This record gives sequence, structure tokens and C-alpha cells, in this order.
Amino acid sequence: MTLIRTKFGRRSFLKTSAAAGGGLMIGFSWLTRCSPVSEPLVAVPNEWFKINGYIKIGDTGLVTIFNPNPEIGQNVMTSMPMIVAEELDVAWDHVVVEQGMLDEDAFKNPQFAGGSLSIMLGWDALRMAGATGRRMLLEAAAKEWGVKVEDLTASNGIIKEIKGTRTIGYGEIASKAVGIEVPEEIALKEPKDYKLLGTAQKNVEGPKIVTGKPLFGIDFKKEGMLLAMIEHPPAFGMKVKDFNVEEIKAMDGVRDAFIIDTTIPEPAWSDVNAFNNLIAIVGDSTWQLMKAKKALKANWETVTEPENTAMHVQRLKDTLKNGEVGGSRKDGDTEAAFASAAKVIERTYTSPFLAHATMEPMNFYASVTADGAELAGPTQTPKALEDSVAKLLGMPAEKITVQMTRIGGGFGRRLYVHFGLEAAAISKKMGAPIKMIYTREDDMTQGTYRPAYRSTYKAGLDENNNLIAFSVRGAGLPEGPVFPNRFPAGSVENYTAESIGSTTNISTGAWRAPRSHFTAGAEQSFLDEVAELAGKDPIDFRLELFDKAIASPVGEKYEYDAERYAGVLKMVKEKANWGVETPGVFRGVAAYFCHNSYVAQVMDVVMEKNQPKVKKVWCAVDCGILINKEGAVNIIQGGVVDGIGHALYSELAFENGASVHKNFNTYQLIRHSQAPEEIEVFFVENEISPTGLGEPGLPPAIGALASALYKATGKRYYHTPFSTADQTPEKIEVM
Amino acid sequence: MAIFKLTINGQQKQVDVDPATPMLWVLRDNLDLVGTKFGCGIAQCGACTIHVNGAATRSCQLPVSAVGDNKITTIEGLSENGDHPVQQAWLQHDVPQCGYCQAGQIMTASALLAANPKPTDEEIESAMNGNICRCGTYVRIKAAVKTASNL
Repeated sequence: MTLIRTKFGRRSFLKTSAAAGGGLMIGFSWLTRCSPVSEPLVAVPNEWFKINGYIKIGDTGLVTIFNPNPEIGQNVMTSMPMIVAEELDVAWDHVVVEQGMLDEDAFKNPQFAGGSLSIMLGWDALRMAGATGRRMLLEAAAKEWGVKVEDLTASNGIIKEIKGTRTIGYGEIASKAVGIEVPEEIALKEPKDYKLLGTAQKNVEGPKIVTGKPLFGIDFKKEGMLLAMIEHPPAFGMKVKDFNVEEIKAMDGVRDAFIIDTTIPEPAWSDVNAFNNLIAIVGDSTWQLMKAKKALKANWETVTEPENTAMHVQRLKDTLKNGEVGGSRKDGDTEAAFASAAKVIERTYTSPFLAHATMEPMNFYASVTADGAELAGPTQTPKALEDSVAKLLGMPAEKITVQMTRIGGGFGRRLYVHFGLEAAAISKKMGAPIKMIYTREDDMTQGTYRPAYRSTYKAGLDENNNLIAFSVRGAGLPEGPVFPNRFPAGSVENYTAESIGSTTNISTGAWRAPRSHFTAGAEQSFLDEVAELAGKDPIDFRLELFDKAIASPVGEKYEYDAERYAGVLKMVKEKANWGVETPGVFRGVAAYFCHNSYVAQVMDVVMEKNQPKVKKVWCAVDCGILINKEGAVNIIQGGVVDGIGHALYSELAFENGASVHKNFNTYQLIRHSQAPEEIEVFFVENEISPTGLGEPGLPPAIGALASALYKATGKRYYHTPFSTADQTPEKIEVM
Repeated sequence: MAIFKLTINGQQKQVDVDPATPMLWVLRDNLDLVGTKFGCGIAQCGACTIHVNGAATRSCQLPVSAVGDNKITTIEGLSENGDHPVQQAWLQHDVPQCGYCQAGQIMTASALLAANPKPTDEEIESAMNGNICRCGTYVRIKAAVKTASNL
């Protein structure tokens, strides 16, 4: 049995639950949102009893579990409550899930969707919530029957006397469990005893999604709500001066038009190049606002030099040559080793800026009054959004509420809080509730882009084809892409890594697996080429390096577990039947560790009508304890498709300070006919604390694709997007 | 502004809007039918797909003035109890990740199967190619369409 200290402040855990209405009837508004196909097996309760911040139990035994974190499609709304249900020991079909409000005191957990961290950071709090709830119910039953807690056991929502015959359901005792104090330490289940975790459970909001229920921020509606749209400057480096305000205000359906300023002191989750001054138009219907936007005639002033793609390419080249090194690592003497090497190979890889292109454009609801502010919408960082709005309004955060809606795609885009600030600024000016929405063009030209990168890799082999020297030097606009202490650090005697940042006035931000997506693609493609130069199988070549890192690691530290890294490679090798050649099928492999999880992939490419097509992908994943197998497989499949799509097709190019790609007619995303036919996902079974899956599935897909494409076409791929970028190597040094 | 009488999900509706207003915004702003989603506004992503007399149509490009007597079906009216074979198959395959594009995907798939009950892989890809899923649920969507074709 695992004992966990109820360390999140046992007192406050209880205080919050009592304050939130111990013993009181809680409203059951979920009923109105429940679609027929998801009708629970348990009768609708007459009364609900709040056990703690995560759990309320109805008198019929139906249990509501609140999901603490924003749901961006990463499955937390299903998987996080599953962890609570496991420890509470309640049957999953007796559970309904509701999205929790922003209340980090009640949840004892950072309410945040980013860095693939929800499951990893929530693991203790979620288990504790379930286990303390179960304990409170047991204590209540013990008191009721005049026996000791130790004489009772609880399973699947029913408490039993171990040596007697009495039983009582959670729903029957819940009223008496409210407010019961929990011990200092609480026993948690051993992984071998899990009944729910590791099983495949369907998305709890699936029935609502397939019937078109209002779930998303853009669907949010309140009585008296007006609609609003914004217009930001047409290019980075520009600022709004004035616009034809009277003409716009006179248009049909327009209530008002004005300039907002969302500048706040010490901003968080805000890019320095973001637009803080925007034109806002408020009115009655989206269509009328779109027409008003088209009629805008604004004067913009140029504050900083407008940039373009040619400048970016040159700046990356210059930075890579002369830039100031940020993070770095040096083991041995790389220069001497390259000089003595029998073979040396050097390759340069690049990737352009990318948009997040979430399918749901940015939007947010705000209702600001003198007494407080209500916000609702799609945000990955509700707390940062609340704090930012508090600064903007000069109002304490306690007076602000943030309701998290289901999110139509995040990928890092909704970590940034500007849309919340914009909605609040507009509502304050109007003295009315408003919902602000972006057009696709507003969204794609606003920024927060994945940075552009350029890295040069160099490897040296001795006469026995052992890797004796490795160097990587990478530059980015604005952040360098290199992780100095990641693989192959620790496995090569002579190793250098240098990450170099540069400057740009293009707004950039975190994009699914920041830096890892580019670095994994470059490094894994490069290792494939080095393995070929060494005359070694690409998997065996990597496994040799991991053996070295395990047996005699180089340097003081490296940021990966070589056994787990090698483990996923071995697993994918076996599952994909690696080494068996099929005529007309071209295979690539890659493995990458980021965001605390390990993923290896084998990808099969075939040529159809002279075009490469990904036929099948095998994935081996080590994320520790598996929570929801269905959601886990789905998100890894999505990561693979996302990686392939962006590697093959997507690119933002700049002219006169603005992206020339403004909508899906020119910004290409992967489509049905371009997606793999099959993606099989396998998980390493262990009892290591769980880590996330939102990001780790994507990075290896780029390397595996590049290597498979090489087999299919005889051409190496160095520059994304592979489908259109010139792939001529910029520099080859083979001695 | 002008008054339009519409048949939506078998019900008569009346709206007073600018005649150029796309059906997407009539549904979302005027009729509280928000299952139909805004994605791009230029018929490139398929999130706004509805049925007009059973044919998959991009509602962002369909002005309300062009609808006339034609029958409109949205995701809310695809089935009475959320149990259209395509909806059932979507649940069986646990298709959605974020879920935003799925109403459009389902509307395109259901129109395809109504016209072509046993589509080949190529026919599925060709019919579904106009619907983008940014989360990359394509493998599951295709499997669900095949399952639905057998229901």
C-alpha cells in the first residue's frame, strides 16, 4: 500500500469543501446539458453532497467528478476524473463529469493545460481527492454502525462490513460524510490493484460532441450579450493611429467602435511582439461585424522595420555563424576528434514559422461591471488569464471568475491570454457583456507563431565506424532550438551543443512540443544519415549509443533515462517486425524523449501515383502508468498525423511584416487523403508515475518520415515543408 | 434587412436579417443552433457543413437569401436521439479529440453514405478531403465511416 501525505493542506482541503456547501443541496445543471445517449445508469439524485473540491455524491449513488484542467482535446476531462474514480472506488458508469471552475484552492492543483503536464502534475492531488473521499465515506459508515473503519471495506461504490453482512451505498451515506476530517496520511492503491486505470474509456463528452451541443467558447451565450470583433495592425512592427470611426459606427448593426489598449504591467503568457492596441467593433450579429471590418479604413504607423522571409533566412544564417551562444554543453574535445575522424558528415536543417491554426478561432466572453468580472471561454491558462484581467481592470482577482469551456484546439496557442484581455477591455468600455471572436484571418495573422529555426549537425566516425564526435549548433527566431543535455549527450565522448537566440519583431510562442518538434526532426534525420555512413542499421546504431550512455555515461548529467529510451526502440523494432523488407514499402524510424515521455516510431511509406503516402505507423510509448488507453492511443495517433502534416505541408512566409498565408486556402494543413492509413500504438507496461502524451507523439514522426522518404525517393529531406522546400544540401563534407 | 422563412430540421423558422448573411451565422447568431461551426469562412475547412436537401453544403458560403424552400438539416437535426449510424459509429470509434470539427465531419460523412451507402476507401477520402481535423483524427474518422456504412 502506498501512503501519501495529505500534503496539499489537509485543513484547507476540508475548509474549502465545507465552505462550498457541506450538506447543502447543489444544483444539478448538468441535467439540461445531458444528451439522451449519455443518460446515466443511476437515477437522478434529489440531493447532492459535496465531499471535496473534486467530488459530489448524489443520494442515489450517482457521483459527479469535476475535471480541474482545461480540455483542449488531450482527454483530461475523461482521464483526470478516472484517477479520482479509481481511488474513490466507484464504478465508472456511476460517474458523470463536469468541468470545474477556476479554483486552485479547491483543486489543490495547477489548473493549466500545457507542457503535457496535466496528468503528471495532477497525479497526487487527483489520487488524494479520491482516496480522501473514500475514507470520509468509510468513516461515516463506521460511525453510523458503531464499528471501526478498519472493520469496513469499500468497492465499486458500496461499503461492506468485512466480517458482517451489512452494506451501504455511497449515495446512502454521503450526507453524513460531508465535513469529516481525514487523517494526516492516507493509503493509496497499488498499481496492480487498479480496476479502471489502464482500461480504454470513451471520451465523456463524446455524445455531446456528435450531437452538436454548445460546449465551446465560441458557442457561449448569455442574456443581453453583444458580439465583438477586433482588427489588429496589418503587419508586425505597426501600430494603430486612428480609423474611420464615425463611418463604422453608422453601419447597420454596429453599436460602437473604438481602440482598446490591453497593455498591463509585468504581463504573463504574453509575447513581447503581440499587438496591444486594436480596433474593436461591437454589434448585434457576427455578419454585420464582418462587414464593418471590411469597411474599416485605418491609419497605421510603422514602429519597427517590417520583416520578410528573405531577411529571416539571412538572419538565421548570420546568427548561426556569429550569434551569442545561450545554453551549451561540451564534453571532451570535439575539434580534435573531428580532425582525427575517418569520416565526417555535416548537415544543416531548417524549419519556417508555423501557425497553430486551431480549428476554433480565438474568442472569449467577458462581462465587466464595477463589482467584478465574469469571463468564459477557451483558455489553457485560466489562472494567468484571471491575473492578467485583474491587472487590466485594476480589480482584485477574487472579484473575477473564469469559466473554462471545451477548447477547439490549443497546441500552445491558448496559453497566451490576450484574447481574455481584449474581451475584458471591450466589455468594460461597453458596460455590457460581450463575446469577442476572431475571423480565421485575424487568427492566422495575429502571431504567437512557432519560431523559425536553423541547426547544423556534425558527426565524426572512427575507422571502425564508431561515433567519436558529435556537435550541434542551432539558431532560432527568437529562441535557439537546441537542448544541450538531451540525447546523444552522454553517449558520445566528444560532444558539443550550442543554442543561439536571435531577434525578430514577429510574435512567437509555444507550439506543440516547443523546439522538440524541430530538433527531433533534425537530429533523428541526421542520425539516420550517420548510421548509413557507418554502415549500421539505424536502430542498432542508436541502441549502441544508449548502451554507452548506460554503461559509461559521458559528462556529469544527461536529461533522459537511457534504458527507457532504448526500451521504446526495442519495442517498436519488435512490433513493426523491423528488418523484414517488403517490396515497394519504404521504412523509416525515429525515437524521441520530451515532456517526460518516450516515443519511438517506425513509419512505412509507399509511392502512389508518384507521390509518397504514409501507409502505416507503429508507435511504442513509455509514459509510465497508463491512465486511459483509448484517449492515450488517440492522442498519439493525432501527434503522428500532426507531425507528418506540418513536416510535409505547412509554412508561414512573410512579406512587408505580415504573413502571406492568412487562411486555409494557402496555409496547408494535412487532409484525409494525406493521412496514414493505420497507426498502431503500444505502451510499455511499468509502475512509474504517469507522464503526459499531448506532445511526445509528434516530434519523432518528423524524423521517421524524413528517413522513410529518403528510402522511397533516394533524396534526403533537410528543410520543412518537405513537399515544397528545396532539399539541396547546403554543405557536404565527407572526407 | 429582410424576413426569411426557413425549414430547418423539419421546423419552420423565421429570421429578419441582411439577405447576404451566410446560413452559418443565421444558424449560430439568430437560431441558437451552434453545433454548426465557424472555421475559415471561405469553404476551405468544412467545419460549417450542413445538409441542403440532403447534400453536404458549406453554410459559410450559402447566403440566407439563396435558401428558399430548400430543406436545411444541421447536426442538431441529423437524428432525433443522437443515434444516426454515423453518430453511433463516431462514438464506437471514440473519434473526437477537441471535437470542434466533428459536426462538420459527421454531416459530410452522413451525406456521403446517403448517396453512396458502400463507399470505397478512395471515395471516402475524396468526399471527406474538404473537412480539416487539426487534431489529426483522420484514421478514426475513416474507420467510423466504414463502420457506419455497415450499420
